[in-house]
Amino acid sequence: MSIVKGGAYLPLYGAANKTVKVESFMMDVYPVTNEDYLNFVEENPQWKKSKIISLFADKSYLAKWKNDESFSGLPNAPATNVSWFAAKKYCECQGKRLPKMDEWEFAAMANENVPDARKVEAYNQYILGWYETPKTFNNPIGQTFKNYWGIYDLHGLVWEWTQDFNSVLISGESRKDVDKDSNLFCGSAAIGASDLMNYAAFMRYAFRGSMKARYSSQNLGFRCAKDLEN
Amino acid sequence: MKNFKYILLTLSLVAISCNNSSKKDAETVAANTVENTESKKISDMSIYNLPSHWTTQDGNEIELKELQGKVVVMVMIYTSCQAACPRLVADMRNIEKQIPEDKKDFVQYVFVSIDPKTDTPERLTAFAKENKMEDNKWLFLRGTEDDTREFAAVLAVNYKQISPMDFSHSNIISVFDQGGELAHQQEGLGVDNKETVQAIIDLAK
Repeated sequence: MSIVKGGAYLPLYGAANKTVKVESFMMDVYPVTNEDYLNFVEENPQWKKSKIISLFADKSYLAKWKNDESFSGLPNAPATNVSWFAAKKYCECQGKRLPKMDEWEFAAMANENVPDARKVEAYNQYILGWYETPKTFNNPIGQTFKNYWGIYDLHGLVWEWTQDFNSVLISGESRKDVDKDSNLFCGSAAIGASDLMNYAAFMRYAFRGSMKARYSSQNLGFRCAKDLEN
Repeated sequence: MKNFKYILLTLSLVAISCNNSSKKDAETVAANTVENTESKKISDMSIYNLPSHWTTQDGNEIELKELQGKVVVMVMIYTSCQAACPRLVADMRNIEKQIPEDKKDFVQYVFVSIDPKTDTPERLTAFAKENKMEDNKWLFLRGTEDDTREFAAVLAVNYKQISPMDFSHSNIISVFDQGGELAHQQEGLGVDNKETVQAIIDLAK
């Protein structure tokens, strides 16, 4: 794991346009791979494709696995089609946890050289360029750049679950009428995009806002994090 | 027997936290089997599959599955909320009023706090009192932050702390059948609750 030194940052969507303080924490250098995930389900059979209960995962769970014991694709490609419940459990079994959304966003601001590269045009272009590139989820881990914190693949490979993905309140239910927003949310007036220029971040938040915990997707993986031990 | 069951449950939960060794697995299975013989088997989609522990407004520890057998009407709130929550409470009360007398005993109304730090059992009791919801049919629950987040994920309730005092949250009232499966959800405030009431009446027997 790598240490991410904490600090304050202004998230795209957040607490009444105030900066958020992120404590120092540890984060996996790479996303969890197919091989890692196979080990997990072998040790915890109730999370196998054929055993998982539908409260915790819908039908797309491990959709491309041929059976309970064989994934498709590369062993070192990121594990995807994993629900939030399963990702959470995986991390707990490693003595870790999923990263909080603010932790993930904080770590992902870094390019190779600086902890906050959000104003660097080339960096934003890189991220948006990736969003337009199909099927990067088939690639092995560790092929993108190593960021300032020593972490790979936050951009360029797969999107990732966060612990509190369900704290995104862009609209009540993105597929429903938006004019009911003031009724759907308590304190909704305080929510707003603090940096509308940051289209890439907007995409991530919108994606999170559209997910439910039992859903899974072929371009959505995860990695684990941990509190810093003093 | 009740105590014995509780001890087994506690044991199984220690094991469930992550059963890496097969020995622990066996213990968990054993504990679950004992339980299953005692209670009706629950479906895959039942919220009673969640292992989370909660504290009631009276300071009692409960597991969700103890609600099994009743129609459960559930909403997530926080007691210091000034805007939407009083209306959600009013919505719950309004729904309860419309349930016929002969069905009232089969329904449990549950408020789950999204602010477990602030909403201590004392605070929840005070809230219940203020809202004249001291009868047993009103249950107020507080869990750990993790369990609360997980429970919200199951209900598809999104929430975020936006200041030390306030949370944004979706306003969703959920109805669960006797086995803990989601039967109906009502979204928004002060919406027509006819369908929700009907769903409860249809289920309660």
